[in-house]
Amino acid sequence: MAYVAVKGGERAIDNAHAWLAEARRGDTAVPELTTAQIAAQLGRAVDRVMAEGSLYDPALAALALKQAQGDVIEAAFLLRAYRTTLPRFGYAAPLDTAAMLVRRRVSAIYKDMPGGQILGPTYDYTHRLLDFALEAGFSPPSAPEMPADGAEIPPVNAILAQEGLVEGDATTDAEPGDLTRTPLAFPAGRDVRLQTLARGDEGFLLALGYSTQRGWGGSHPFVGEIRVGEAAVAITPPELGFEIDIGDVAVTECQMVNQFKGSKTAPPQFTRGYGLVFGHAERKAMAMALVDRAMRAEELGEEVTAPAQNIEFVLYHADNIEATGFVEHLKLPHYVDFQSELETVRRMRAEAVAVKEAAE
Amino acid sequence: MSIDLPGFADPVSGAQTCFRAVLDAMARPGSLHAAGQGLTPPAPLDPATAAVLLTLVDADTTLATDAACAPARDWLVFHCGAPLAADPAAAAFVLATALPDLATLRAGTDEGPEEAATLVLQVAALGRGAALRLAGPGLRTPATLRVEGLPEGFASAWARNHALFPRGVDIILCAGDQLAALPRSVAITEEAS
Amino acid sequence: MKGYNFAYLDEQTKRMIRRALLKAVAIPGHQVPFGSREMPLPYGWGTGGIQVTAAVLGEADVLKVIDQGADDTTNAVSIRRFFGRTAGVATTTHTTEATVIQTRHRIPEVALREDQIIVYQVPQPEPLSKLEPSRAETRRMHGLAEYGAMHVKLYEDITRFGHVAISYDYPVMVNGRYLMAPSPIPAFDNPKMHMMPALQLFGAGREQRIYAVPPWTAVRSLDFEDHPFRTTRAPHACGLCGAADSYLDEVVTDDRGGRLFVCSDTDFCEGRRAAGHLGSEAGAETGTDMAAE
Repeated sequence: MAYVAVKGGERAIDNAHAWLAEARRGDTAVPELTTAQIAAQLGRAVDRVMAEGSLYDPALAALALKQAQGDVIEAAFLLRAYRTTLPRFGYAAPLDTAAMLVRRRVSAIYKDMPGGQILGPTYDYTHRLLDFALEAGFSPPSAPEMPADGAEIPPVNAILAQEGLVEGDATTDAEPGDLTRTPLAFPAGRDVRLQTLARGDEGFLLALGYSTQRGWGGSHPFVGEIRVGEAAVAITPPELGFEIDIGDVAVTECQMVNQFKGSKTAPPQFTRGYGLVFGHAERKAMAMALVDRAMRAEELGEEVTAPAQNIEFVLYHADNIEATGFVEHLKLPHYVDFQSELETVRRMRAEAVAVKEAAE
Repeated sequence: MSIDLPGFADPVSGAQTCFRAVLDAMARPGSLHAAGQGLTPPAPLDPATAAVLLTLVDADTTLATDAACAPARDWLVFHCGAPLAADPAAAAFVLATALPDLATLRAGTDEGPEEAATLVLQVAALGRGAALRLAGPGLRTPATLRVEGLPEGFASAWARNHALFPRGVDIILCAGDQLAALPRSVAITEEAS
Repeated sequence: MKGYNFAYLDEQTKRMIRRALLKAVAIPGHQVPFGSREMPLPYGWGTGGIQVTAAVLGEADVLKVIDQGADDTTNAVSIRRFFGRTAGVATTTHTTEATVIQTRHRIPEVALREDQIIVYQVPQPEPLSKLEPSRAETRRMHGLAEYGAMHVKLYEDITRFGHVAISYDYPVMVNGRYLMAPSPIPAFDNPKMHMMPALQLFGAGREQRIYAVPPWTAVRSLDFEDHPFRTTRAPHACGLCGAADSYLDEVVTDDRGGRLFVCSDTDFCEGRRAAGHLGSEAGAETGTDMAAE
């Protein structure tokens, strides 16, 4: 048989891309999806792509989802690759989530508190029965409305803080790190840790957070508060010299309250784990808060034994763009390395056989 | 005002061309390269000196200059956007027209030797003057670099810097529209002239 | 390409990479952390090499890209196209014509020259990673030049197998100071790194590290006096060009154990055939292309 040289790589790539475009469109008898439909009706997927793509732009996230055939990690990757090419116009002031426009807010640690419990648009108490009415097309009646009173909803932490029962916010004037510009280095500060988690893979954080509940890094978490809503983004342009709002971002914030027995320097009090994620993403925000707290083990004088407490382990493996690249790159040609392994294994086998024969 | 004087006519290719000159200079210690032709920087900067700074320094780095370079500071801040450091010991890049005490500059750490300073040193001339004999990575056989404007005793100051390896300061020498480099890895002896 | 800077990266990013490259050259073999950017190709496809090439490349350069030694493998084609689109530079498949060569897993057979730069794509820059997974710890080990663990590992191989059982990404000592991963080139290529006239640059995008070997720098594959480093290759001559000293790919030609051994460096092989060297299977090649498969 003749040797078939692998040629025509260029044409193969073009053909593959043409096939991909056709597969993406699918049956042309079915109307094409618009990105507006995706942005409006697949909001949780759009939110996840914005969070893991670390770019807040629902329209672009919808486009990325369409381009990626709904593959969330691929879509997040498209956003990441786009965001690196964007110039930086300025840096926002820290979000004031206490002042955000809340559409959902629950606390597990008090029955009621100022601002109340607001269920909002949640799946929590839906019965997971496939709704065949949706298959047929369904226009829901308007949900009942109640006018907002406009009052700020005070964070639940503030209630605990009045008694000194919970640790306060760390206050510092230091510029936060920026992991998109500066390579990860250790020890990694909490600023950089939280950044990594905020854009980390939801599944990875979910599994790690779950592991802390099962004893791998014992924590005793309570949901102090979850709030979902719109927070204002403010910048101070140098030419103006005062702060202006440039828009709102939807975010989910989770304050996880954990028991802490105290240490030589700190009295017994509750410690906190923190989660903040773009969009409506409670699962991710809660998992993030669990993992954030777990990574503070060393700082709080706890024994570091579990994966979620190992800062380097968590930070180096949280990013799904990195992870998917390195896992999937194994499908690229490796035949040169494999050839060198073949020769080594053949040689070792020949030597083993020779030794055996000599012994017989 | 010195900021009226332009930077690279074409910032993209200007920086790329100069970078390749610096890269080759660093890879082959003592080799001479053209840089900054056509630039009209403010005094006291030579074209090569200005080109190196335009190529490597920006808002993400810190730059310290000696007093003699003070008249060029506005131009540097405008074109490079680098925050000026008052203390050379805190700067990633140090611009000088006379050799500072190398021991006062950032030498990096054993784990992070890349944090050491780069000294951009403008000298009177390259290719003539006192002969330095160089040996180390980048050189198949020892090479000679002639520099006019280095103080006496440079070789022993350098020997102390070189002994810190992998820590230590790297120097980019500039004169007119020429440059050469002395990475910390190179060993230097003064040749009898 | 419209809407993007020359060679894709913005100038600030290029400056950051260039600063890292200069420090890498000044400290041969030391891994310099850099603010690796997300590229429009996935991590693992050569994002580190691409960023290094983008920071180095100029309009006058002639670029060659190889993967597994071949110019025509799909990823090499894809990367060459990327720079063709974003930088508009001339590209070539001829090693001797190139000023910048980006490579994955091979060093060309033809000796490189002083006026050339070779850029390696590096998946795992840390040579100690299989012995010590913590990068905080390996960084400390490099700081102290504490490489005993690697020597122990190699010696255990020798005790067990009679020789070192590493066949690619074989660790090297650079300039007598830094232990370095040569990237997953076959150990066959390691000797080419020693006192190479060309500048060698290494980019690891996902791991955010850049390192370098200046020209004419000592690069020693780790070994022991009584067990010197030696290279292996398939014990055949190239079926197409007859070369007996090149690194060979093993091609499975049928399901009855048939094999054809051909040069992994396709440009080298074509050059030899053009010069009239023919192997025992010359003419067996049909050149069917994979686009039609």
